[in-house]
Amino acid sequence: MKHIISVLVENKFGSLNQVAAMFSARGFNLESISIGETEDREISRMTIVTRGDDQIISQVLKQLNRLVDTIKVIDLTRQPHVERELLLMTLKLTKTQQHEIFELINVFKGKVVDIKQKSITIEVIGSPDKINTTIDIFRVYGIKELARSGAVAIHRGE
Amino acid sequence: MHSSGKTLNGSEIFIECLRREDVDYIFGYPGGSLLKVYETLYDVNDIEHILVRHEQGATHMAEGYARATGKPGVVLVTSGPGATNTVTGIANAYMDSSPMVVFTGQVPSALIGNDAFQEADIVGITRPITKHNFLVKDVKELAMTIRKAFYLATTGRQGPVLVDMPKDILNASCTMDWPETVEIRGFKPTIKCHINQVEKAAQKIAQAKRPLLYIGGGVISAEASEELRALAIQQNIPVTMTLQGLGAFPGNHPLSMGMLGMHGTYWANQAVNRCDLLIAVGARFDDRVTGKIDTFAPQAYKIHNDIDPTNVDKNIQVDLPVVGDAKNFLAALLDVMPGTQENRDPWLAEINAWREQCPLSYSSEDNALRTEFVIEEVSKQTKGNAVVVTDVGQHQMWTSQFYTFINPRSIITSGGLGTMGYGLPAAIGAAFGIKDRPVVLFCGDGGFMMNIQELVTAVHHKIPIKIFLINNSFLGMVRQWQELFHQEKYSFTDLGSSNPDFVKVAEAFGCKALMADNPDGAKEAIKLALAWNDGPILVDFRVVKKDMVFPMVPAGGSISDMLLARLNPKTMV
Repeated sequence: MKHIISVLVENKFGSLNQVAAMFSARGFNLESISIGETEDREISRMTIVTRGDDQIISQVLKQLNRLVDTIKVIDLTRQPHVERELLLMTLKLTKTQQHEIFELINVFKGKVVDIKQKSITIEVIGSPDKINTTIDIFRVYGIKELARSGAVAIHRGE
Repeated sequence: MHSSGKTLNGSEIFIECLRREDVDYIFGYPGGSLLKVYETLYDVNDIEHILVRHEQGATHMAEGYARATGKPGVVLVTSGPGATNTVTGIANAYMDSSPMVVFTGQVPSALIGNDAFQEADIVGITRPITKHNFLVKDVKELAMTIRKAFYLATTGRQGPVLVDMPKDILNASCTMDWPETVEIRGFKPTIKCHINQVEKAAQKIAQAKRPLLYIGGGVISAEASEELRALAIQQNIPVTMTLQGLGAFPGNHPLSMGMLGMHGTYWANQAVNRCDLLIAVGARFDDRVTGKIDTFAPQAYKIHNDIDPTNVDKNIQVDLPVVGDAKNFLAALLDVMPGTQENRDPWLAEINAWREQCPLSYSSEDNALRTEFVIEEVSKQTKGNAVVVTDVGQHQMWTSQFYTFINPRSIITSGGLGTMGYGLPAAIGAAFGIKDRPVVLFCGDGGFMMNIQELVTAVHHKIPIKIFLINNSFLGMVRQWQELFHQEKYSFTDLGSSNPDFVKVAEAFGCKALMADNPDGAKEAIKLALAWNDGPILVDFRVVKKDMVFPMVPAGGSISDMLLARLNPKTMV
């Protein structure tokens, strides 16, 4: 099963490497990992998406906790949380398909961030599922390039 | 924070910090990035620097010292190749949870990342084999980093910590601030066991008809042998130990069953198979212990006490996890257990029947010299009181079977990583730490060659270790597997035609050396070696080539697959 795990780590040199290296050394699946500073500049938040049965996930959580630079590990999967991912995607732009593309951008509440004679770059924000769907739908129009941020997630407020 | 007020350079701060951490010995090797430290060391008298001949030797020496004394071992090596040479030793200490702090020199900060001369990203290289590691980026952080390194290495589950020190940091000056206490936000090991879990464990023990204590190295590093002895005797529970756990419970006590697992005793493995309660303390259900997971202790309710929560439910699902220090767990159990002894006589009788059915034995009919005889004889002559160091292979397993370990911190061996070449330097390190007991090394002819250069270190410091070279002119354990599982293709394991004359080699190093090739000669040589105190002594025991270690549970097999063949002397080839 898919799990989304939020990890608070010391904001310093090597923290990300430590986590990524632990995943590969122990053979855990790592679908995505994203990291950024939090409200406290000394702490970064990592959002990790991984898969595994209960036993594996329990090991993942314990191994994460065991790293010295890890301050807190929260498995958000079964808790109320908000999960978002950013997609940036450049598509081929042709006169005939222009209309359809713009309509679809609206459907996915996307934004045009750059437009040229023969290409258009859009951004879409949503759950990783929505991002998957977006990519699937746009594939027929010819995706030239795409970049995904990986999921970030946070607890819902009380 | 305590400030000494004095302005010191990085090298002086380094030495001052070691002083405050109560370091007696540094096992090290100088080099370009450490010139300033060695300049400082030149005038230091209260910390002894031991010059090794290869950095790997330094790490094993530090680990041998740590395992013998319980104090962290300290290593000091230069950048680049000096640092990369420590990798095996660090990995070894990591697998066996030995407290060790490794200091590496590094190229100047400004050159890091430039492929500078003798540069290696040792922090990156050792990340998966250290408990934690640091690159010092500012001389002001040096003292705190060293304090943290020792704290991490010795607190909770022990392990190696590496501190990488760029050359410019060791030259720069600042006021030294020595932090009296350490606070690491992300490091809060659970020492005290949860009382509810302890009470549940006590209840299970009280109800169990066939309980078994399965003891690992955690009991030794937690200094919990007394508590273990008290609990086992009070509750009349038989005790089996892992390789690293040997000595935690006296091997000559009727409740001791010796080692379990791949080369464990027949009766210990049968007891695991039959027990209705398995109490694992400071052990991690390693594959060499469990064999096939599904058939390991199939009837048992399993209690698992370990200081590292990641060990719980890692290899095997247990019924009652108790996270915390082994000493705390055993003491808490003693507190809540009723003092009366349960009647386990039927269970102990069952175990004794297994013991009689299939005792450890070896052939003595042909007057040939056998490793088992040598080890048993050393055990007798030292009365189980030696600090016994081994290398890796057959002799290591025979040591577990034929040396009777009475006290904790008596076996020093590479268990997890299985590092050939570990023995000689580890024995030297142990002997620096322990002066009032003989330090004995059992080492194969293969492993001895892997760090033979450290013989110089032993000779130079007149370290009175007894090097018992178990010379069968073969990589014996690999040979055993080749015979049993690989169609007797002795591929590159026969050293007979290429081995040197070890007596001459030792003598060239300035080490006293003898040879023995029959049981009577061996007995005499052991006596002589144990009485010899003028530096190291080597005895080249020419033992039978083709002996195999039994019993043996093949890798991934069940207890029922245990090989006993050739265990009976009459069937021995």
